[in-house]
Amino acid sequence: MDRPLLAILVSLLAAVVIRLIGDRPAARETCTFVAAVVKFALVASMLPIILGGGTLESEPLGLVPGLTLHLRVDALGLLFALVASALWIVTSIYSVGYLRAGNYPNQTGYFASFAVCLSATIGIAFAGNLPTFFVFYEMLTLATYPLVAHNRTDAAIAGGRTYLVYTLIAGQALLIATVWASTLAPGEGFQPGGFLPADAGAGVLLPLFALFIVGVGVKAAVMPLHGWLPAAMVAPTPVSALLHAVAVVKAGVFGILRVVGYVFGVDLLRTIGAADVLAAVAAVTILLASVRALSETNLKRRLAYSTIGQLSYIVLGAALGSVAAVAGAMFYIAAHAFMKITLFFVAGSLYVEKHRDKVTQLAGMAREMPITMTAFAVGASGLAGIPLFVGFVGKWNLALGAIDAGRTIFVFVLVTSGLLNLAYFYPIVHDAFFGKPEAPAGGEARWTMAVPLTITALVSITLGLAPDLGFGFFTLAWQAAESVATGGGGVP
Amino acid sequence: MTEHIPILIVAIPMVTAICLPLVARLSPGAARAVDISGYIAVCVITVMALVRVLDTGPWHYELGGWPPPWGIEYVVDPLSGGMAVLVAFMGLLVSVYADSQRRQLPAWRSGVYDSLFMLLFSGLLGIILAGDLFNLYVFLEISSLAAYGLLSAGGNRAIVATFRYLLLGTIAATFYLLGVGYLYALTGTLNMADVTSQLPAIVGTAPFGVAVTLIVLGLAIKMAVFPLHAWQPDAYAYAPPPVTGFIAAVMSKVSAYALLRVLFFVLGAEGAAGAVIDIMGWVAVVGAVAASVMAVAQTDVRRMLAYSSVSQMGYILIGFSISNAHALTGALLLIVNHAVMKGCLFLAMGSVVWRTRAVTVDELAGMSRRLPWTMAAFTVAAISMVGFPPTAGFFSKWYLLQGAVEADAWVFAVALIVSSLLSAFYFLRAIERIYFAPVQDTHVRRARVFEVPVGMLVPVVVLGITVLLLGLFNRAIVTGVIEAALPEL
Repeated sequence: MDRPLLAILVSLLAAVVIRLIGDRPAARETCTFVAAVVKFALVASMLPIILGGGTLESEPLGLVPGLTLHLRVDALGLLFALVASALWIVTSIYSVGYLRAGNYPNQTGYFASFAVCLSATIGIAFAGNLPTFFVFYEMLTLATYPLVAHNRTDAAIAGGRTYLVYTLIAGQALLIATVWASTLAPGEGFQPGGFLPADAGAGVLLPLFALFIVGVGVKAAVMPLHGWLPAAMVAPTPVSALLHAVAVVKAGVFGILRVVGYVFGVDLLRTIGAADVLAAVAAVTILLASVRALSETNLKRRLAYSTIGQLSYIVLGAALGSVAAVAGAMFYIAAHAFMKITLFFVAGSLYVEKHRDKVTQLAGMAREMPITMTAFAVGASGLAGIPLFVGFVGKWNLALGAIDAGRTIFVFVLVTSGLLNLAYFYPIVHDAFFGKPEAPAGGEARWTMAVPLTITALVSITLGLAPDLGFGFFTLAWQAAESVATGGGGVP
Repeated sequence: MTEHIPILIVAIPMVTAICLPLVARLSPGAARAVDISGYIAVCVITVMALVRVLDTGPWHYELGGWPPPWGIEYVVDPLSGGMAVLVAFMGLLVSVYADSQRRQLPAWRSGVYDSLFMLLFSGLLGIILAGDLFNLYVFLEISSLAAYGLLSAGGNRAIVATFRYLLLGTIAATFYLLGVGYLYALTGTLNMADVTSQLPAIVGTAPFGVAVTLIVLGLAIKMAVFPLHAWQPDAYAYAPPPVTGFIAAVMSKVSAYALLRVLFFVLGAEGAAGAVIDIMGWVAVVGAVAASVMAVAQTDVRRMLAYSSVSQMGYILIGFSISNAHALTGALLLIVNHAVMKGCLFLAMGSVVWRTRAVTVDELAGMSRRLPWTMAAFTVAAISMVGFPPTAGFFSKWYLLQGAVEADAWVFAVALIVSSLLSAFYFLRAIERIYFAPVQDTHVRRARVFEVPVGMLVPVVVLGITVLLLGLFNRAIVTGVIEAALPEL
């Protein structure tokens, strides 16, 4: 069977079924959950082949000559797909609790759109060439829009509009870039080490690269293209958690990794001088976003700025281009996903169970919700890069990579960013554990919300101690990074 | 019988058109049966013709057995065959759609209405199959006169709008006829193939330049290309919805076809009409963007759709102007796609007006709960207009962009992008109102009634599905028909 295609279609089918089921919560949620598990099983079943150094391809679907839908699973794609599909299961459980606790309307549309988003995400992960990537990338834009505007309030609709303005313009930039690249190298798919002809000259390659970076940089929230992400925080929290911390924004950084490693190639970017510019932009984003997060009092928006900063770790790794840096960046896709989704789950629990969304309202919260706030502490420590948490593994490799690449200055950027992370997370943790509660009442969040965030927090610790445990994220990242560096090792 | 298919494609609707008013007097039921079977018959034989042509090459039919250049010739080639199938398909769907609305008319009026529709249908098919330049003019006038009659059926404002169209349309036809006259004076023939064979002697002469300019101007007015579009928004907005649905979907496309036929097949792309094609491209660039800006400024959805058509006609001309294989493929694919998309949008909007009297973007608020299926089709078509994958519109845009990038025509590429971003703005604005805004009480009439009659719902939904199918399976169309239909470059 064509597993890559099936993995995409399963949630698309689920979306249709959910629509048909309509307003029957139990059936609808079961359908989502089943689809999530099946999808994850399909994705995970490809792991042995990829770890063995092979790739999985599905029959190219020639839409039109010169525009082929082609799915090919390699280590990087599988890494992303594993993370997204695993977290969809967790988020599905969480969504059920969250939407019921918050008594949200129109849940059918919610679950259906969510399923479409996951199809698009897996499509992006498995895309074997630029046109395929573009098709799923745009699909993700459209499917996310109703989720951002889900609450139908003026703020939600405005957030949705902002989201569309950014992503649509970016989508058009990506379209031009895709067409251009297809003209320069007709019919080429992603290749480790890049496929664009070096003799095209910097005069062509630089504007092309700029178009690509605008195209995927918006979803990656690279400054100054980040404005939509804080605005999109009006969405229900599970949406912010899975889409705006994992699927959508990771699709952006994943796109950057693809463009850098598999379209241009690290060496070519060095030659035309684009790599250092990208690294500088990433470094500025890392620092500015962290500083901006300090002054944000709304918890979700603070997390959004934190996301912006953390995403640029990955961009930075791609731009540095040494094996360790690229591997660190790729591993960080998984690392950041588990940590940040934990924090968003906590923020959502606080919001629907305790009606608190400001960082100043959390004094003593750990007494009411010990599990939830412990999970928050775990996620925050990981993001700050404290050893033994998963964030450290990624960051360590990034720092090594910066030294390998002869760009030691970026080590300081990473360290500074870590300190800033502490500066904006530690007060929350401190308040929650040692602050004086205003009115001690209530207890933990309902289990449908507490269990998912416990799981993700535990994974954040486990992967910090044993980065390769379970699904071999670390090996996948190294495998992909090495193939990029050597221009094709293990991938035909 | 089958060897007479090319003439039957035109003759069946024409004879039906003449019979319909009489039959309608005798029995409205019989008239409906005659009407619908006319469309079905044409659908079937156009498909047969296309299949045969794809199999065995162009099919020249000599009317009355008189060989050209003296006799009249009908030509079915992949291009005209494909266009004929498109027009027949749209005609059938719109006639089904119109059925529900027509029942409100008295029998004799509905007979006349059907008759005019058939005549329009016949005229458009005639333009497509005509093998000589003068016959093309005759059918152009037949279709135009029928269109004037139909468009004016929408009430007083429609009459005024149609009168403007009549003036401009007559000027357009006259331009075209004058251009043909010049060519006739130069070559002594009206047959397209014959004119082509005599080109080397006349290319570059002043009268030839005048002839090309006049023909292009005339057809451009009929296409409603910016800045010659002034007649079109009002005419589309106030006409009865089925009429707008059909005319917006195929009539301007048939004019675009005629332009393509004359410029690339009769006159040949290289040299002969080169300067005109270049100028046309730059005008189209301005038009594609300017018309989108004007569409953004509209409050009436039907006028917004009309300006969107003007903009899309600009895309088609951009494709003609770039005139490499990818760009022309994109333009031809867009002719097909746009017919389906715009037909879907106008018919869906017609259903909205019919059920709720809502015409402005604001009044669309909450429409997804009143007309869920119609609005779903509307949304699919709108998304396709913007060019999102995997809908049909994406692929035509892809081809046009690829053509532009290959030709290093960056201004054209940017115009396409800017215009589609603007179209994203005005279509998503409407979609946002439809799905996210609360239902407005002002337009709730007969709130308990589900959607619209099946006869109106089915064509809209079929078109919506077709938009998706055209996207997913456009390979069959591109490699099967369009590649065969491209002019030799």
